[in-house]
Amino acid sequence: MKRTVRRSGIHIPLLAWATVVGLPLLWMALSAFKNDKEIIDDPFSLPSQLHWDNFGRAWSQASIGRYTMNTVIVVCGALVLTMTLGAMAAYILGRFEFRGRKIVYYGFAASMTFPIFLALVPLFLVASNLHLVGTLYGLILIYAAYALPFTIFFLTPFFADLPHEYAEAARIDGAGEIGIFVRIMVPLARPGLVSVAIFNFLGLWNQYLLPIVLMPDEKQFVLSQGLAALAVNQGYQSDWSALFAGLTIAVVPVLAVYIFSHRTIQAGLTAGGLR
Amino acid sequence: MSSSTTASRSLSRAGRRARGRSRGRSGSLPRHRGLIVGFLTLPIILYAVFVLSPYVQAIYISLTDWTGFARRLNFVGFENYTRVAHDDLFWTGLKHNLVMLAVLPVLTIGLGLFFASMLNIDRAGRGVRGSSAYKIVYFFPQVLPVAVIGVLWQFVYTPRSGLLNGLLGTHHAWLGSPDTALAAVLAVGVWSSVGFYVVLFSAAMGAIPQEIYEAVALDGAGRWRTFFQVTLPLLRDTVRVGLIYVSIGALDGFAIVQLMTVGPGGPDNATEVVGLTLYRRAFADGQFGYACAMGVVMLFMTLTLAVILQSRRREVGR
Repeated sequence: MKRTVRRSGIHIPLLAWATVVGLPLLWMALSAFKNDKEIIDDPFSLPSQLHWDNFGRAWSQASIGRYTMNTVIVVCGALVLTMTLGAMAAYILGRFEFRGRKIVYYGFAASMTFPIFLALVPLFLVASNLHLVGTLYGLILIYAAYALPFTIFFLTPFFADLPHEYAEAARIDGAGEIGIFVRIMVPLARPGLVSVAIFNFLGLWNQYLLPIVLMPDEKQFVLSQGLAALAVNQGYQSDWSALFAGLTIAVVPVLAVYIFSHRTIQAGLTAGGLR
Repeated sequence: MSSSTTASRSLSRAGRRARGRSRGRSGSLPRHRGLIVGFLTLPIILYAVFVLSPYVQAIYISLTDWTGFARRLNFVGFENYTRVAHDDLFWTGLKHNLVMLAVLPVLTIGLGLFFASMLNIDRAGRGVRGSSAYKIVYFFPQVLPVAVIGVLWQFVYTPRSGLLNGLLGTHHAWLGSPDTALAAVLAVGVWSSVGFYVVLFSAAMGAIPQEIYEAVALDGAGRWRTFFQVTLPLLRDTVRVGLIYVSIGALDGFAIVQLMTVGPGGPDNATEVVGLTLYRRAFADGQFGYACAMGVVMLFMTLTLAVILQSRRREVGR
């Protein structure tokens, strides 16, 4: 009896933290369905009716729709580029012995220990010399460049550990090297590629620092910038409900990805945490 | 406070370890020279132009008086560094970064260990009932965009209609008063990252052999003694890794401060951090050379910190 009581006592602090984590998010989602008067006067009440129009207003008038499209374009472009180039480099670094291999590998690794904001000023200059500031394709290139080190780091051992027999058999059958990579190695490495792609998606979707430096024009804003600007603007216009709707719109994609892949994400962390 | 980089660092660690194990590669030069060169050229160019070259250029630019827009630039030696040393705002920002460095690791790692041991306390071969559900909820802030976290919490702290004052029945301007602004920002940092460490430490605890706990239980050790004499020593390496992540994050703090606070960095510079000062000097004041000097100072601080945390471990390990 005593044991049961003590055990359920464990849930008190655990539920308390779950509340601390969940409550602000629940509040955000509920506020997204209220009107402004309810948000200000009854911050805790449930919405009297579901104001779906908040989402419409956020999407079109507050430009969340355009920012979302910009984000989707940039994140998808960068994801394809990073995964392609990262897989190519990791395949070479993981499976071929050549002079300078270690230099290339640790060269990619080096930047992972530097905080990004130290590179901001020169990066802005590089981008502006190449006429990439304020362009979506410029942001795609730069997102991809900054996602490469992690991608290569994770995928190199993955490719290195794949069995050699398939590739050798294909070589004997006369397959070309690129064919071996595309048709044999990439499918074999799929689990690794999927985890890295999930992590890259979350990281790029949430990126804030790079776009505020590289996207000064409001038309090219990505979602995170747009939300920050919206928070300032709606503060003046007091359109709180549209702002909460905008925040909710920004959370839905990451929530979906997280719910579907939390096992993969936790497994990835576990592999990193155990030494 | 940096969310996604923490995760990626952790994953890369797994990569590095696995790399050491792998032996025997399938090809070598000169047979595959074309393939090697062809596959590596584009990634290396992209990386060298946009990642590596900015870091190298930062060191050179920090020795000039470049405004970033004028064509002319003069080499001024260490003048910018002298100015950094006399910049009050820089010191204010650094002070707040150091406060974060003192507070964040204790709270984040402490709470992470506390909840992880709660979740794994049932040593009958599985965790507390619902432990995986707890972990899913706890981890969620880690995947939220930092812009959402910043803007949302700005409203949680709002004086009249905010969630926090509503719960407490007060009307305090948490972010508007210099006494509480920094603490309010720190709380968001803790809120958003504890879940990551709960998952990390849970995994490490799950790997501790059951027999050890059975032996300690036979000795009659209580929960606290078990934690401090068995669990914590066995988790030492994982905790150290966590400390490095949190500490590097504590030297940043740019995004959350910029998104949440008035000014930003206010009120009265109460939440100024070095990253924000650097950003402002560069992109508002057009002092690119000076901003780079600030960045280089921070780079050396980050590296020093990493080296200290690494070497401490080596001494203890022996």
